[in-house]
Amino acid sequence: MRLLPTSIVPALLAAVSVAACGSDAPQSITTVSWGGSYGRAVNEGANIPFTEATGIRIEVEDYNGGLAQIRAQVDIGDIHWDVVDLEIADAVRGCDEGLLEPIDVNSLPPGADGTPAAEDFVAEGQTECGVGNLYWSTVYAYNDENIPGTKPATMADFFDLEAFPGRRGMRRVPQVNLEFALIADGVPLDQVYATLDTPEGLDRAFAVLETIKDEVIWWEAGAQPPQMLADGEVIMSTAYNGRIFNAQVLENQPFVIVWDGQLLDVGQVGIVAGTPRLAEALEYVAFSTSAESMARIARRISYSPMRRSGMPLVTTHVVAGVEMEPHMPASPANSARALRYDWSWWVDHQDELNERFSAWLAR
Amino acid sequence: MKVPVAHERRAQLRALGLVAPLLIFIGVTFIAPLATMLTRSVHDPVVADALPETLALLEAWDGTGTPPEAVYAAAARELERAAAERTVGQVAGRVNRVQGGLRSVVTGTARDLGDIGQGPWREAMTAIDEAWADPATWHAIRTTGERFTARHYLNAVDLQRLPDGSVASQPEERRIYLRLFLRTLMVSGVITLLCLLLGYPIAHLIARAPPHRANLLLVLVLVPFWTSLLVRTTAWIVLLQTQGVLNDILVAMGLVSDDGRLAMVYNMTGTIVAMTHVLLPFMVLPLYSVMRGIPSTHMNAAASLGATPLQAFLRVYWPQSLPGVGAGALLVFILAIGYYITPALVGGSDGQLISNMIAYHMQTSLNWGLAAALGGVLLAGVLLLYALYDRLVGVERMGLG
Repeated sequence: MRLLPTSIVPALLAAVSVAACGSDAPQSITTVSWGGSYGRAVNEGANIPFTEATGIRIEVEDYNGGLAQIRAQVDIGDIHWDVVDLEIADAVRGCDEGLLEPIDVNSLPPGADGTPAAEDFVAEGQTECGVGNLYWSTVYAYNDENIPGTKPATMADFFDLEAFPGRRGMRRVPQVNLEFALIADGVPLDQVYATLDTPEGLDRAFAVLETIKDEVIWWEAGAQPPQMLADGEVIMSTAYNGRIFNAQVLENQPFVIVWDGQLLDVGQVGIVAGTPRLAEALEYVAFSTSAESMARIARRISYSPMRRSGMPLVTTHVVAGVEMEPHMPASPANSARALRYDWSWWVDHQDELNERFSAWLAR
Repeated sequence: MKVPVAHERRAQLRALGLVAPLLIFIGVTFIAPLATMLTRSVHDPVVADALPETLALLEAWDGTGTPPEAVYAAAARELERAAAERTVGQVAGRVNRVQGGLRSVVTGTARDLGDIGQGPWREAMTAIDEAWADPATWHAIRTTGERFTARHYLNAVDLQRLPDGSVASQPEERRIYLRLFLRTLMVSGVITLLCLLLGYPIAHLIARAPPHRANLLLVLVLVPFWTSLLVRTTAWIVLLQTQGVLNDILVAMGLVSDDGRLAMVYNMTGTIVAMTHVLLPFMVLPLYSVMRGIPSTHMNAAASLGATPLQAFLRVYWPQSLPGVGAGALLVFILAIGYYITPALVGGSDGQLISNMIAYHMQTSLNWGLAAALGGVLLAGVLLLYALYDRLVGVERMGLG
């Protein structure tokens, strides 16, 4: 039996040989990000301009955070991810465990106004292996149509079932929720982590969560809260601020963000240790964390640049045309009552608190 | 015993050659990963490899007060080396699991030690962090230093080893896994029962229908089977949620008030409904193929001998369909026990199963040892149930038709 027409065989051979010598030709690298509206913003703001500028193609993959896949690749020594968009706690842990390449901040380009990179980044912008890209925040939001009369305005309102009866959405993890519970209970922002550090403080946070436990729907993916708010499944939900913003401006949803007690966090970009495409990966990190790239991303989703020179470049949303500044988590008006997420505390206590949180949920 | 003659041996070799690809495939993709994972649950050399001298010196420590200066000196040297080799994070993560809060102590100390050229190391390390003066820190290091360890299995059944070597329960607020194992078994049992209740009449109907109608019905069973699991699960969310189709209908009919909409998803109900639907074909298909082999004349014969329809069913039909019931129930039960995506999506807070915990430890906490131990306990549980089934019903009676 003939499997292939003769004419196809030379073509196949040619294709195979092209693929084999492809290593000299312009490369492609794999970048991994969070998908959804944020993934699209990174693609349009950094990836496409990068390919235009350098000729290096980019394969995009999505993930939901964590170090498991990176660790598997490094352990086996078969690395196909090059650059990963990381939570800061993972960037530090991955660095300690040898999963990420150290990146010298002085190798990064200066800011848009010529400031050297080391000074252009805000202090928490760089770790040994991670380069900061954007501020993002966990807030809570409500659907204006579903709350008539008085609107919630403080973190305490989120936990107030009498004033605002109805179901709430919260992320199914202990972090952020415990902080929110203490803020709602009246703990001053600068005392939140000190309080959590004591057994009594932890008990207090769990006790506050207990008061609304029966009314909580727990979410996992960042796309769920806007969906649940739109469906009326919950009357308010904790959420990533950018996802709510995109629902507001692109889908005209009547969502309102309550910035009181927001938990401000930073995102990082890192390079997987031992990647054979290190030079290209470094080039991409330098490009995607430049002030101009950060600003292009920030004009597509409300996460603000971590370079001082990047913020002035963020003007209006590219599609909706709205001014971005009032929607940014780090803008002065929104961050007046913001808590900085203490990733180092969570790196220490994640394991035991997750067990305790799961046990509490199952009870 | 008969010695095989040459041509028989050749035939055997040829047969072996034919099944070899399958054997190799199973070995590489199933047995080897399973063995690696189970090894991980008892073998953890990271700390032992990183701090060999410290651990050797700790052997002599009596466990009260702080260890001698020699231990501090060895720990300082080895931690500094671990930091340089970038393995300190793995060491710190393991120590942290025994004693929460030590991750930053270990990584921070390893980083700062580089600036300190000489001892005395006890003072130097205690100056970097008070925790080094706490015997609990050294107990944690000694515990994680065991190359072969039972601590993952103890942890998987809510036990822990105390510093004095005795085994005790975890503190109340951290007891979670036994409860989840029991819940997983219970939920799987309920789902198996529901699948049987729903699947049995369907399978009977298909087996008795004329061929063209049977084909149509079979396609109706198989179409959901061929649809993506995620699509089916999400469809259940649309149907069952508070503002969903089913609640809307109930409200429109006046059966429930608009404020009293039923919570049917993001809880145990959602998990059971969605999983029953997803697993139903695995019950219907074995039942159908067994029922097709039961001649319809048997029921007629029973009736003509004076049996009521119920008697005929219980004494003639049901016993003959038992092999299909066994096969379907075992299939559904074992699939349900390891189910993961559906409970994660519709389970809410009280619909989580043990598999969700295994996934968490694989993907997020990177505690592969504990994930492997949980998997090991689950595997042992399934094998035990299988043995029990074999004892009570007999595996040879199980039939796929």
